[in-house]
This record gives sequence, structure tokens and C-alpha cells, in this order.
Amino acid sequence: MSHQAPAQSHAAHAHDSHHGGGHHDAGFWRTYIFSTDHKVIGIQYGVTSLLFLFFGFALMLAMRWQIAYPGKPMPVVGALLEGVLGPIAAGGVMTPDLYNTFGAMHGTIMVFLGVVPLGFAAFGNYLVPLQIGAIDMAFPRINMASFWSFLIGGMVMFVSFFIPGGAAQGGWTSYSPLATSIPTDGQTWWILAMVLIITSSLLGSVNFIATVIQLRAPGMTWMRMPFFTWAQFVTAFILLLAFPPLEAAAVMQLMDKVFHASFYLPTGLLIGGQLADISGGGSPLLWQHLFWFLAHPEVYVLILPAIGMVGEILANNTRKPLFGYRSLVYSVLAVGFISFIVWAHHMYLTGMGTRISTFFQTTTLIISIPSVIILTCLFLSLWGGSIRFNSAMLFALAFLPMFGIGGLTGLPLGFNFSDLLLHDSYYVIAHFHYVVAPGTIFALFAGVYFWFPKMSGRKMNEWLGKIHFAGSFVFMNLVFFPMFAQGVAGMSRRMSDGGVSYMLNDMTADVLGRLPKEVVEANIGISTAAFLLGVAQIPFIINFFWSIFRGEKVTSNNPWDATTLEWQTPTPPPHGNFDKPIKVYRGPYEYSVPGAARDYLPQNEPNRS
Amino acid sequence: MDIPYTVLPRRDTGLYNAKLGIWLFLASEVMLFGALFSAYILLRVGSYPGVWPHGILNVPVGTLNTMVLICSSVTVVLAWAALKANDFAKYRKIQLVTVLCALAFVCIKSYEYYDKFTHYEVVMKDGRVIDGHLVRKEGGGQVVNGRKQPPEFIVLHGVEFPAEMKAAGMAKIPLLEAIEKKSGHHAEHKEFRVAWSDTTRVQNYGPWHNTYLAIYFTLTALHALHVIGGAAVIFWIWGPGAAMWKTDPERYTNRVEVSGLFWHFVDLVWIFLFPILYLL
Repeated sequence: MSHQAPAQSHAAHAHDSHHGGGHHDAGFWRTYIFSTDHKVIGIQYGVTSLLFLFFGFALMLAMRWQIAYPGKPMPVVGALLEGVLGPIAAGGVMTPDLYNTFGAMHGTIMVFLGVVPLGFAAFGNYLVPLQIGAIDMAFPRINMASFWSFLIGGMVMFVSFFIPGGAAQGGWTSYSPLATSIPTDGQTWWILAMVLIITSSLLGSVNFIATVIQLRAPGMTWMRMPFFTWAQFVTAFILLLAFPPLEAAAVMQLMDKVFHASFYLPTGLLIGGQLADISGGGSPLLWQHLFWFLAHPEVYVLILPAIGMVGEILANNTRKPLFGYRSLVYSVLAVGFISFIVWAHHMYLTGMGTRISTFFQTTTLIISIPSVIILTCLFLSLWGGSIRFNSAMLFALAFLPMFGIGGLTGLPLGFNFSDLLLHDSYYVIAHFHYVVAPGTIFALFAGVYFWFPKMSGRKMNEWLGKIHFAGSFVFMNLVFFPMFAQGVAGMSRRMSDGGVSYMLNDMTADVLGRLPKEVVEANIGISTAAFLLGVAQIPFIINFFWSIFRGEKVTSNNPWDATTLEWQTPTPPPHGNFDKPIKVYRGPYEYSVPGAARDYLPQNEPNRS
Repeated sequence: MDIPYTVLPRRDTGLYNAKLGIWLFLASEVMLFGALFSAYILLRVGSYPGVWPHGILNVPVGTLNTMVLICSSVTVVLAWAALKANDFAKYRKIQLVTVLCALAFVCIKSYEYYDKFTHYEVVMKDGRVIDGHLVRKEGGGQVVNGRKQPPEFIVLHGVEFPAEMKAAGMAKIPLLEAIEKKSGHHAEHKEFRVAWSDTTRVQNYGPWHNTYLAIYFTLTALHALHVIGGAAVIFWIWGPGAAMWKTDPERYTNRVEVSGLFWHFVDLVWIFLFPILYLL
């Protein structure tokens, strides 16, 4: 039995795809719904997460109305919300409870059901096996289980809006004892949904790592891997190791919530002025440590796939190699490692002690070094390039300064002395949204425009793409930039009335702790910009669906003249991906090689000897 | 068209896919249990002096369970070795022992759980605390307005502590030892018949009773789920899934190996759980 021929040679099997016709007529359900093909799963993740992104955005728009016009009935959707959600939206007005619900769910949905599944799971599933020359993921059925676990988790999260009392209200951070003592079941549903989502992410990350380690095509050495695959590889490790502590934390919160344990509930806890009937002895800080042990690395889960995509798009559209490919790879690895020891910089105000604060302040500033290396390399990649300004490239270019602003404004939050002032203010909101919204989401848009032709065989419309870009770029900045000023002026991030109750109306009154009128009134401008940002997405939605059916057909399998392997497949790639055995001869970014016949050399093109 | 390295190892990594996969999965499991162990440490270090309970678990029973799991860890390796030596019948016999050990473990654990859920602490209106196992409930139990009525009397077999201990927030076990030392003889265990109307609080030793029990139940229940899940997979491979031995013996052996790796991890977790929960 041990003398079987080592028939596992990659090339031999890829070649078999011509004859393995049985896989092509697997029936509608197995092909499109319960598929094990990494590309179908990638698209399933993509569509689901785009829908969740849209939903999360809609929640935010409702909140922005309340912030700008507190207590006024919401136009258009007010009656609908009252009809669906009942007294929590009485008269079409957003009650503080509903505001808290939407706030908690906006964060949760955007992070766990929107950006991570789109950047990591959707693009990762579609592209990583293609980029390393594999025919599928290492564990296709586990891949399918990952998607379905994610989808069910998302549904539980969505359905929790409609249970009595509504969805979770404790913020996306779900700090105990607040989250535990809110007397509705929303938090329980949140925990259950999170457990499903964490399971999905666990299955996915095991799969990604195993795929990259085991299924690289012959010749695809580590330093020939495209930067995007490297970013995904590191991201998968972060997910694998950082998410389980949140699962443990969620289990303990569930024990507190359902079985009345006291993991996070201290002795002598008063709820509504009454001494709570609990055993006590728990630690609220425990939740925060476990939560941020995930949630800070999660920031890099959000950003690394985006950085990877930007790298691919920049190299392709500048027609030159990425500057400092090795530095980029080592920096991404460094970010991955250090991201595990910075979490408590979210907790400077908890009274955990100055020594611990100093430690985490130091590590936080250390992690900015590899981050700056990454961004600098990407900027330098532009130097001397003959840049093609298509929609994908515009979004990728805009990513650089946006992520730069987000990163640099993080420094005052990393120092504990300046964080004391800025903590929990709109400054924080502006800072992390610059990283995630104009940063990561721009990169994701760039990815959609860039890889759309490979997935569908048609290009997206450039004209609509550029309108989409211009609108998004302008309004994103109009939304988030003024928030820096609001935050510095002291506006707290968790007020359901946009700060009106703290507004300083006349200067003769006690001004301490009050907000200048201009600061509060800036809310109206921001909310208008947020609404217009929504309008600016309409060209994208039209473009997306129109291009699937009517977009300009690509004339070759490699419409962008790219070097990496995902472009050396038929379009769209069939089950099994490659129509010929893949062997890799060169690095991922051989653009404009002196003396070459074309300005790009695909990775699988043999050296001419 | 097959995915490579599903059965035979890739040369540069020396691993087949599933073996790498299970190691990665175990890495995440280490983080999962690691977080709970950290929680244990934090809660214990943060508790008021003298409050963290000691000795409320049955050490001999726990030791027996530890032995059962270690035994299963040995058999799971022997079973795999038997398959490697092409001896399917031997594998069948030995792996059955693994599954039976897992079953025994779960049964013993259930007994311990039952013991805790029938162990009550009753605080009387006069401040005395009666701590013991439930013998029976008398009266009550009828449903009025959709709520089950409490019993009129409960009968416990246990010991009584003076009123001062509750005010001082002292743990019962050191107090019991102190009482025994002072009186010079074994503290009297006897039956108490308590009227429900004389009590202010009747609570069993569930996760709601104190943070020690909370972390005890969380850790051991999560571990028990791993035991049940692991045993179910091993049993499935042993029984219904064994047809693969005829068609693809190498892959079948790999499955046994991978499930065995998981089983070792489950045992290892218990090796850590036993001292921190039972002994320390």
C-alpha cells in the first residue's frame, strides 16, 4: 500500500481537468448554492458581504439623521421603522434605545459581516488559489462549511433586530457589565451570531494557511508569491489565533447572561440603583482584555488584505515592480506578530496602571514602523511609473493618503497622555474610519473594479467608475474630516442626540464641559455629506449589475497585461482553474523588464534560454 | 482532477493537508482554552483573600477520570500503530477501548455535575448557613399562575455554619477545618429539615454560585464537548467510516492519525484542568 506512485504531482492533476468532465454538470444546487469551488464561494461571500455593507451603511444613515436633527421623525423610513420595529421607533423618531441598537449593530455588521468577509474571505477565496497556481483550496468542503456558518451567523445577527426588545445595545465592543445587564435578549443573540461567525473564520483561516503552505504550484517559492497572497497568509494567522479568545469571552458572557454567572460582574454591582442578585467577584477588565485581544488584531485583518490588493493594482497600473517587495513581505509579517501585543492601548482609561499603559504605548509605536514601511514602499512604487488612471487605480491611489491620514492620526491615540483627552470622542471615530472606510473600503472598490473582468469576462464601465470615485472621495472626506475637529472640541462618540444637550448657547453660562455651537451644528453638514456619499454609490450599483450583463467584453484572458497567475487562466476560470499545467519561473512583478519583448512577463512564462 | 497532497505528504513540508489542518486547528484551540485559563488566573488573583474555594471537588473521582483519559490516549496511538502495521482487527479492538474510555469519562463527569447541582447552600433568616446535599423536597411544586411553587420543606444532609461566617465573607472549607480543629472531632454531618419560609436564599452549586464554579463549569463543559465531539468522530471512523480501509487504506490511516492528534489535545487540556480545578 505504501508503494503507490506519488501521483500527487500538481501538474498531472491540473492537466486532468480536461477530462474530469463529471464536475462540470454537478447540477444547479451543487454548482451555485452548495458549491465547494473556491471561486463560487468567493463570489457568495462577496455578494453577501456587499449586502451587509449596504445594510450597515443604511443603519448609519438613520443614526446620522438623529445626530443632525435629534428627536425629529425620520423622513421616508420613519414610518417603516415604526411598523417593523414597533415602539422602539415610536412616531418614526429614533429613541435612544434604537440609537444604541443601530450603533452596536453598525459596528458589528461593518466589521464582522462586511469588510472582513469581503476583503479576506471573498477576494481571498477567489484569488489566493489562483495566484499560487492551485486548483482549489486545500479543504473545499470545509470552505463551504465556512461560508454557511458565516451566512447563518449573519442571519441570526439580522433577525435579532426583530426579537422583542431589539438587537444588542451594548456597542460593538459589548463591554460588560453594561452589555450583560441590559434586560433584553439582543446581546444573547449577538453572542450566538458571533460564535457562528468565529467558527466560520476559524474554518476559513485553517483553509487559507493550509492552501498556501501545501498547494503552491511547482516553482512558486515563498518569495515569488504575490504580495496579496502574503497579506492573506498573515491575515489568516491573525484570525486563527486572535479570534478564539473572543469566542472564550463570548462563552463567558453567555454564561453571565443566561446562567447568571459572574465572570464580568463585580461584587456590589448596582443595576438601576438596586444591588444585583449575583454572586459577584467577576472582573469587567477581563472582558475588555479578551475582547481587544481579538479586536486590535482585527484592525489588521481589515487592513492587510486591502493593502495586498492595492499592491497588486499599483504594480499593474504603474507597469513597474513593487518597490521593496521583500521589505513589504517582512513588514507584513512584522505587523502580524506585533499586532498581538498592542491590544491594551484601547484601555488606557480603565485604570489598569501606568506600567501596563507604558508597555502597550511602546508596542503600539513599534507597530507603526512596519506600517510606515509598507505605506512608504507603496508610495515609492509610483515613482517613475507610467501610470494608467483607470477606476481601479484611482481608488488604489486614493487609498494611500486616506490610510496615511488614518494611520498618522492614530499616533496621538497611541500615546496614553494624549489619549486621555481624545478617548471616546469623535476624534477616535474619525481616526478609525479613515483607516477602514476611505482606506480599506476604497481598496475593496479598487479590487472589485480590477478583478471584475476575471470573474465575469466583462469590464466595468470606466465613466461610471470615475463618477463613483469622485463622489466617494469628496464625500468620504467631508464626512470624516470635520469629526477630527468635533473630537478635539470634546464631543463624545456615544450620544444619541449628537451633543445638543451639551451645547453652549450663550457665553455667559458656565462654559466648562460644554460644546461650542459650531461644533454641534457641523453635524448637519456631516449628515448631508453622508447622505450624498450614499447617492455617490448609485453609479457603482448600476455599473455592477449593468456590467455583469452588458459590460464591454474582454478580448483576452489578461486584459490588464498582468503578470500574476490569476490572469493566466481562462475567463472566467472553470472548475479546476487552469487549462494547462502551471509551473512558475519568476517573481510576481516583472513589469517593464529591460530587453523583454513585452512590458510584462507572466510568472509562468519560461525563461528564454 | 484532484487536490494534491490529500493522502501523501508534500516533500518540502513533510505533511499531508489534513495533518497540517489539524495542527492549525489545534493552535487555535490552544488560544481558546488559553483565554479561559487566563480568565481563571485573573479571577483567582482578583478574588478577595480567603474567598476562593478549595477542596469542593472530589479528588479521587477526578484522579480516576484523569487515568481514564490517559489510558485512552495510549490506546489511540496503539490503534493507529496497528493500522500502520496493517492489522485492522487489532485496530478495531484497541480503538474500541478509546471510545469506551471517552464514554466512561463523560459518565463520571456527569456524576460530578449531578453532585454539584444537588449540593445546596441555604441561608437562613437568622443568618445560619446550611450546606449539604439535597435529600428530598416536601410539598409545593404545584403550578400557580404559570409559576412553579417552591417546596414547603427541603431536607438536606450536610453541616451547619454559624451566622458570623457569612458576615465575614469566609470560605466554607477553611471554616470547616477551623471548626474541626477547635472541637477536636469530625464536624457533624446530619440531616436538616428546613422550612422554606425560614430561608432567605436557597442556591445550588451551579455556575451562578461563585466565580470558581462558573469557571469550573465553563472549562469542564467546553472540555466535555470536545471529548464528546472527538469520541463521536473516532467512533464514526471506527464504525460506519471503516469501509474506506478497503478502498483507500492510506487515507483511512491518516484519518485515524488526525483524529488521534485531536484526541491527544483533548487529553492534554484535561491534564491542565485537573490540577488547577481539583488540586490547587
